[in-house]
Amino acid sequence: MIRFLFIWYLFSLALFAQPNVPLLSKYATDYTNTLTSEQLNFLNNKLIEFEDSTSNQLIFLMIPTLEDYPIEYFSNEVAEKNKIGQKSRDNGILFLVVKNDKKLRLEVGYGLEGVLPDALASSIIRNVVVPYFKEDKYFEGINAGLNAIISATKGEFKADKKVKKKGGSIFQIIFFILILLFALFRRRRRGGFIYLGGLPNIGGGFGSSGGFGGGGFSGGGGSFGGGGASGSW
Amino acid sequence: MKKGLLIGCSFGALLIIIVAMLISWGISTYNALVTLNESVNQSWSQVENQYQRRADLIPNLVNTVKGYANFEKSVLTAVTEARAKVSQMTVTPEVLNDPVAFEKFQAAQGELSGALSRLLVTVENYPELKANESFLQLQAQLEGTENRISVERRKFNETVQNYNTTIKRFPASFLAASFGFKEKQYFKAIPGAETPPKVQF
Repeated sequence: MIRFLFIWYLFSLALFAQPNVPLLSKYATDYTNTLTSEQLNFLNNKLIEFEDSTSNQLIFLMIPTLEDYPIEYFSNEVAEKNKIGQKSRDNGILFLVVKNDKKLRLEVGYGLEGVLPDALASSIIRNVVVPYFKEDKYFEGINAGLNAIISATKGEFKADKKVKKKGGSIFQIIFFILILLFALFRRRRRGGFIYLGGLPNIGGGFGSSGGFGGGGFSGGGGSFGGGGASGSW
Repeated sequence: MKKGLLIGCSFGALLIIIVAMLISWGISTYNALVTLNESVNQSWSQVENQYQRRADLIPNLVNTVKGYANFEKSVLTAVTEARAKVSQMTVTPEVLNDPVAFEKFQAAQGELSGALSRLLVTVENYPELKANESFLQLQAQLEGTENRISVERRKFNETVQNYNTTIKRFPASFLAASFGFKEKQYFKAIPGAETPPKVQF
């Protein structure tokens, strides 16, 4: 009996073997090595610019296969796990391509279901992306699809006016130098204990608030209700 | 004499503190239960919205398909009948406390899901229909709705699980029982109904 249960347990594990849900760090990710790094960079920059101007987060992901796992489940899991979209607007979109299964899906966050309804998402998939994919023109298909999504969703939200922190960072540099001088000065006078614990923190804060070396994606906490459409080619 | 007064006073003070703590625990637990109860109702209304949306799509779908010569009448009738049955039901949040009514609701919606997926499978035999853009859009909406239903059902189950665990756990269970917080029903997976109908085109 126990052995039977154990076998059943193994069997059920195999049945519900879920693909790993990746934690994305870029706007455009390709796990199939189909796109060149220039192409990926191009897409990445396009999507960064899109977020900067509209606050919508549009994420592209290409994976090799899901076996028999439903693409709708997987794309929802990826979107929820990576928290695509802003929390208050739920304005995230995931463009998922499963290359070897020849399946693709647009997963649309709650906040964009109005401008990108299922019928439109399906039409973008069928009429814009799939014709390219049928001729193995992956980059062209993806790019055309992203353009169609961008033009459909552009009007919905405006990006919050970001206060440029350029002036602030100069003050931070001065502050940093002052503290450094102060610390050095104290050490000279007392000759002994010097409190340096806070310094690395200040340095770190300065580095990140400057916003150098962009290109990384971090989710804003948007949620998804299963909107969007799937297709195949 | 004075010593006795002191002991009595401090005993009284201790009692007051304990009672105050109990009351504040009671209030915060009660409020937490109310919040959870409301979140169950809210996610229930999301599920209902999606079911409603599906029911609203059906007349359009049936009309589009009907136009095609010798389309299987029985398939269409099954869909129309299942839809009629679903829309006759009035569903209030009280249904969530009633296993029988909840079962009935699930069965009716399941029947409609079955009829719809049979319809979509039958469509496979009609190439003209599959090339019709307005049908394709309806199909996309329907598939999207089925998918939303399954997402909202999953979220609903998570909320209910949270609620049910809270009202059953000691010591909050006393409070839940005395204020009439009842266990709520889960959606059970109907074989085949959990995955949205797959249609290749």
